[in-house]
Amino acid sequence: MQRRVTFDNRLLPYLLLAPQVAVTLVFFIWPAANAIWQSVHLQDAFGIRSEFVWFENFTNVLGDPNYLDTLKVTVVFSLAVTVLAMGLALLLAVLADSKIKGTRAYKTLLIWPYALAPAVAAVLWMFIFNPDIGSFGRALRALGYDWDYRLNGGQALAMVIMAASWKQVSYNFIFFLAGLQAIPRSVMEAASIDGAGPVRRFWTITFPLLSPTTFFLLVVDMVYAFFETFGTIHALTQGGPGKATETLIFRVYQDGVVNNDLGGSSAQSVILMVIVIALTAVQFRFVERKVHYS
Amino acid sequence: MKPTRFIDLVPHIVLIVGVLIFAYPIYVTLIGSTWDSGTIGRGGLPLWPGGQGATNYAQAWVGEAGERAMYTPVRTMMLNSLVMALSIALGKIAISILSAYAVAFFRFPLRMAFFWLIFITLMLPVEVRIIPTYKVVADLGLINTYAGLAIPLIASATATLLFRQFFLTIPDELLEAAKIDGAGPVRFFIDVVLPLSRTNIAALFVILFIYGWNQYLWPLLVTSSGDMETIVTGITKMIGTGESANDWHIIMATTVLAMLPPVAVVVFMQRWFVKGLVDSEK
Repeated sequence: MQRRVTFDNRLLPYLLLAPQVAVTLVFFIWPAANAIWQSVHLQDAFGIRSEFVWFENFTNVLGDPNYLDTLKVTVVFSLAVTVLAMGLALLLAVLADSKIKGTRAYKTLLIWPYALAPAVAAVLWMFIFNPDIGSFGRALRALGYDWDYRLNGGQALAMVIMAASWKQVSYNFIFFLAGLQAIPRSVMEAASIDGAGPVRRFWTITFPLLSPTTFFLLVVDMVYAFFETFGTIHALTQGGPGKATETLIFRVYQDGVVNNDLGGSSAQSVILMVIVIALTAVQFRFVERKVHYS
Repeated sequence: MKPTRFIDLVPHIVLIVGVLIFAYPIYVTLIGSTWDSGTIGRGGLPLWPGGQGATNYAQAWVGEAGERAMYTPVRTMMLNSLVMALSIALGKIAISILSAYAVAFFRFPLRMAFFWLIFITLMLPVEVRIIPTYKVVADLGLINTYAGLAIPLIASATATLLFRQFFLTIPDELLEAAKIDGAGPVRFFIDVVLPLSRTNIAALFVILFIYGWNQYLWPLLVTSSGDMETIVTGITKMIGTGESANDWHIIMATTVLAMLPPVAVVVFMQRWFVKGLVDSEK
């Protein structure tokens, strides 16, 4: 944790830390503390007095069937995005890593979607699947399928899942490819000589050796699906139709910013904080394991 | 040479399909930006470029009123996004490298307390503290300012952890030699640590620039006036509810321009980009 040799200076380290600590206190710790404080208080209509109400905001939030629906949407959405993004990325990475020509070109052509904002990815998908102007959207209708994600909740959910996974594949691809390239060729060659075919080699050698990468990406993708897809949903469906694509994070925004319900929104924020802390803790256990193995 | 079997082509076919899945939406947008809104609105967009490209981009760039609405000019939104992305990237790097230097190279009371204070921000993404953070920014009078857009996003544990990790690999001998030569901490930082960190700074810059450019929820909250609009939030405001009677030609041209800077950074700085991505997640 600490170097053996260090500088001796009383004031300087504090000065060096000051900017980051100031920003952290003002924009992170203070607002987070505020969210926790708000979550156990109820404000009157004028915002003048607030009353300590224990866990009333939490029981209200968790007892609200709408919130449980939102939770269900979030779980379905996150799992679908994680599975799709990881599955497709793994397939492409395994193929790009095999001894074929043009690996570098494929790599360049597959990693750039990382640069797109989730909201921009959503807009691109809209250009294609919009029932009025999109080529695929119109084709679906021409085939007699009643496609309109602006009216049909299931279709809307499918749409945000596809747009969100599409953007996340490149990130997973980069990490899977790095993981694959770290597997020693000699192990694969030995298995090859022993007569194991490509499919068997994948399941008995590649997949187990990739497991730290897979596990890491699982956590990262869950965090992405939970928090960073706000832009995707906001740009594409605004949480609708009805509440078909409203995830937890979208609801915090909706309740806090649009509906101005401070206590409820803060209670939701605190619930989300608990989720992030849990995910981060899981991620750090993984980091320790990786350090241990290498 | 043995003849090419079909099975050998399978990886190429799958990879090409993969590449097409990612390229097709971009292609459609590029083509769309060269046609008029009528053609796009009727859903009759051809697969080849039209002749309206120059007009559309010029119109989007200066924000000339479309057929249906007035928009913030793309040049204003691009400038806002650029200032925001650069401030976030450079600000984060600056404050993180300083704090990591303090934590790694000094021994002082409360060192670990400060380290944990910084570390804890990992668990507080902006999304979970939206309203109270907005309130702080509003109380400080930073709504609709560049400072309000950038400063709340520049504290992050990831960059500090990355620099600290790297600083711990700098050999003690180097520090001892510097001390014998009479170099103080400031000299050592400027002459030794900064040059050694060049690669890390470049890699981190690429990642943070993209992170800053692509911010969505935060700019949506802290900007309310058109001349502070960033380009990513600007696009969705132009689309509104996605009716077919939008100025699609301007929207598509704007989308192309919004993608350009981050994609260029990834493609041209690919080496730094992959390094930055893999390192910052360790």
